[in-house]
Amino acid sequence: MAGPSMMETLFQRTLEDLIKGMRLQLIGESAFISKAVEEIRREIKSTDLHTKSIALQKLTYLNSLHDVDMSWAAFHAVECMSSSRFADKRIGYVAASQSFNESTPVLLLITNQLRKDLTSVNEHEASLALECLAKIGTVDLARDLTPEVFTLLSSSKVFVRKKSIGVTMRVFEKYPDAVRVCFKRLVENLESSDPQSLSATVGVFCELAAKDPLSYLPLAPEFYRILVDSKNNWVLIKVLKIFARLAPLEPRLAKKVTEPICEHMRRTGAKSLMFECVRTVVGSLSEYESAVKLAVVKIRELLLEDDPNLKYLGLHALSIVAPKHSWAVLENKEVVIKSLSDEDANIKLESLRLVMAMVSESNIIEISRVLVHYALKSDPEFCNEILGSILSTCSRNFYEIVMDFDWYVSLLGEMSRTPHCQKSEEIEFQLIDVGMRVRDARPELVRLARSLLIDPALLGNPFLHRILSAAAWVSGEYVEFSLNPFELAEALIQPRASLLPTSIRVVYLQSVFKILIFCVNSYLSQTETLADLEPEVPDSISQRENSEASDLASVRALFEREHDEAFNPGVLDRPSTDNSIEDIGNAADGDGQTSTFVSFRKNGFTRESIVNLVNLVEVAMRPLSVSLEVEMLERTCNILGLIEVLKRELPAVFQNEKVLEKEELEVLKLIKLMNDAFSEELGPVSTSAQERVPIPDGLVLKDNLADLDEVMGDVKLPSSSSFSLESPYNGQRMDPASCNVQSKEDSEASSESTSLLAEHRKRHGLYYLPSEGNGTISNDYPPANDLKSGDTNQDDTEDFVKLTAQSLVSKKKPNYAKPRPVVVKLDEGESVPVVLKKRDSRDDLLSGAVRDILLGDDAVKLSSSIKGKEKVNADPLDSKENMHDMENSSHRKSSSRRSKQRPHRKERGQTNPEKLGVEKEEHGGKVKSKSSHRHGRQKSRQKAEGSSDIIAETPVIPDFLL
Amino acid sequence: MGIRFILMVNKQGQTRLAQYYEYLTLEERRALEGEIVRKCLARTEQQCSFVEHRNYKIVYRRYASLFFLVGVDNDENELAILEFIHLLVETMDRHFGNVCELDIMFHLEKAHFMLEEMVMNGCIVETSKANILTPIQLMEKSS
Repeated sequence: MAGPSMMETLFQRTLEDLIKGMRLQLIGESAFISKAVEEIRREIKSTDLHTKSIALQKLTYLNSLHDVDMSWAAFHAVECMSSSRFADKRIGYVAASQSFNESTPVLLLITNQLRKDLTSVNEHEASLALECLAKIGTVDLARDLTPEVFTLLSSSKVFVRKKSIGVTMRVFEKYPDAVRVCFKRLVENLESSDPQSLSATVGVFCELAAKDPLSYLPLAPEFYRILVDSKNNWVLIKVLKIFARLAPLEPRLAKKVTEPICEHMRRTGAKSLMFECVRTVVGSLSEYESAVKLAVVKIRELLLEDDPNLKYLGLHALSIVAPKHSWAVLENKEVVIKSLSDEDANIKLESLRLVMAMVSESNIIEISRVLVHYALKSDPEFCNEILGSILSTCSRNFYEIVMDFDWYVSLLGEMSRTPHCQKSEEIEFQLIDVGMRVRDARPELVRLARSLLIDPALLGNPFLHRILSAAAWVSGEYVEFSLNPFELAEALIQPRASLLPTSIRVVYLQSVFKILIFCVNSYLSQTETLADLEPEVPDSISQRENSEASDLASVRALFEREHDEAFNPGVLDRPSTDNSIEDIGNAADGDGQTSTFVSFRKNGFTRESIVNLVNLVEVAMRPLSVSLEVEMLERTCNILGLIEVLKRELPAVFQNEKVLEKEELEVLKLIKLMNDAFSEELGPVSTSAQERVPIPDGLVLKDNLADLDEVMGDVKLPSSSSFSLESPYNGQRMDPASCNVQSKEDSEASSESTSLLAEHRKRHGLYYLPSEGNGTISNDYPPANDLKSGDTNQDDTEDFVKLTAQSLVSKKKPNYAKPRPVVVKLDEGESVPVVLKKRDSRDDLLSGAVRDILLGDDAVKLSSSIKGKEKVNADPLDSKENMHDMENSSHRKSSSRRSKQRPHRKERGQTNPEKLGVEKEEHGGKVKSKSSHRHGRQKSRQKAEGSSDIIAETPVIPDFLL
Repeated sequence: MGIRFILMVNKQGQTRLAQYYEYLTLEERRALEGEIVRKCLARTEQQCSFVEHRNYKIVYRRYASLFFLVGVDNDENELAILEFIHLLVETMDRHFGNVCELDIMFHLEKAHFMLEEMVMNGCIVETSKANILTPIQLMEKSS
């Protein structure tokens, strides 16, 4: 063994050789590395510690820079750590700190080694052990080595002391009980005259205070002294960070530190310290106007610098001020706006955030205009950032800041036409959301939908497809606001629509269906006005009500009769009879009850135009009826089925007969019902709505609805007027009868009009969605391509279930009226989840221990200086001497009395039994430290609640800061 | 913990020094370094030296061909970290005399040694160049 070991020692490559070799290697880096590792594996087994340590050093190097695994060498690292040669020991320690973690098994072996080195007389060995402990300290290590760390905390060698201070953080974190041992010495180091120890201690407290500031409030006087006295910027920055945490907890402390912080801000030449002061003021002292003003002045200086770093930080600081002091942003708005075109994406983003922070009801229009315009010129990424932030800002809290929805809708349109726009999902959502929530925005929405749909160029852009889907849905849903439904229908069936993916085409088809129904219904209802004038019409209705069966029979007869006279398209080619149009026009005009709006629209629905539309749609649908996509196929068949029924049942329309026959009124009725079904308003539905709906009495939900026919048979047909379903927004319930009736009507409609479909369903039932899938429809926000109730392709059962569910849900929807266009909101379930600031409430062992120490400490040492023991947090505790420092003469007023007493108390020294007695009484005789600890928590809670107790107690609090 | 990690990366994106103050597995390190290097090296001189990444931010500074990247907690003072980087470079400069990438490559353990003196458990504990260099000089003398 000695031989090869000797050889290895002699010819071992050092780390330097390895690095050189790596630079000159010709075999490829990974091959070289694996060869080197092989070599290291051999060498590391050497009994010679020096050889071993060099191998380990090489491995550590490879691990650090070339990601070579070194966990297998853990034991070798431990061996090297025990070397008596410092250089080898160091290599071992470095390897251990770099590669050990909680789960390294050999960790158990190093405790003694660490202890030995910590107690070594050689300060460098102790320092190695401390550094290692700081990095890999586990619970066990921290526990076992606490005494050694404690000893080192008061070492006379600054070199070791500062490192032992640094290590306490890790020790406390892992083993909170160490606080009881070490904390006092740590605090003593705050008063250390040695700048290195002080700097390290402040660093530790900064980290500790970040986790649980409240526990360190009693140390405020110490920190204050450092803030005022220290000349070291590193230390000052850390102290400022501590005060940024403490100040919000204790208003008097905030008041006290504001002035020195401003002083630093004014005087310092170091940008880092100045910025830290600014950040502390804007973040934690924002109530102090003068301080904030000064900070904003400084921010402005930063903003005007050429250095991008300072500019970024200035913007960042502004964004902290913005929520509370928007004037600060407004004052600097030119810089902010200019920064939008900075070449640094980070700065642009920061200024965009600021711009959005300036947004209010009054300027949203202007700002959005500028930004959208700006987005046009930006790179795609930033463009989408802009669009995204506009969208999210405007939609915040149910479009809170949008006053003019016509404007907002057109803005959405403008945004969707922005090149690079990739926010189509959000825009899609908002188009539909606005449609459902804001009634007044619908006409504008339809106008926008029209302009989007009609533009064939948009169809080629896949990013816009989702928006088009929303536009299609809007155009179908709110077709009654359209000035020209025919145009909409044409847009929806344009040949280029075939570029759309199926999921969106089906929305198109459904909208065509809705528009078709709407047009036909509008036309027929105006014709009906004519028919109403004729006496026999009421009879026909009553007759129908009386006998359902005969009615159906007559329909069948009608069907058979018309079967012979096939629809003759040639009819359409004949020049349409002008007089019929005039007739209708006259009739409409003559009807005094018709509103002008209706008459205007009615004029649009001429027989000819309807026929044209029907034929156009039919032509467009024919090729789709052989589509392979079931959804499309189904919807196409619906439309074709409807057209077929129309043509069969309404020869009057298609063959230019002026007067409707009796039986035809039924088709008319059918169309009307379908239209009514479609025109029921869809509202936003909270996600939890379904669960909150109680199952009403008498509603039996069965899987098998075989007895549905029976139920339906009992229901009488109401007059058509009852079908104008109450919108959910009126707060009225839809009465269950009408609900049933409607579903019945729908079922009738479907059975009559879509026999073709029924047949198809029978044959291809497999491809239809199971009814449960649609049953949950009212559970969630209705998606754009949601099939509405009353859709003829729905199963009777489904219609029933859906309508019931919907009507039930609608009961649950309250609405909130606002002076501006009503935006429908749901009271609960839909509200934005309140983001509770996660107060780290884990019963932190560490902070618990710290408080115990700080307060317990006082109980013994300084209890005499604590008056009343009520205010644990605000007590000066161990800071008697500092009190004098802290007392500026200007603040004497409240503390003069106490300052007279204080020296007296100091003399008394130890415990004050009387006071303790009070304490014990108050806290039920519990152990002092514990009770005061608890009390401290209580106190903080009280403070948070703004309880009046505080005011009552105030005079008792030693005013250590004043 | 203030500083999470310190990286030195050359223009080609090769890591020259990596010091982590929290334990990361090799894979995590590799991923992190890759992301950061891609993000920071693409930036120009005119852009600011702060990059937000995941839940912390990176403060970086370029010296000749070498990038010094320091990952810090979000509330750390960016300018102070820039000063810290500068201090580190000055310290190395004093030790190596006109420090360059090769110095760090061949004397990585010394660079680590300096960092150990300066940073403890993620906190900056020493800012005096003389104090930082004393132990290294002692060790050099002894060996």
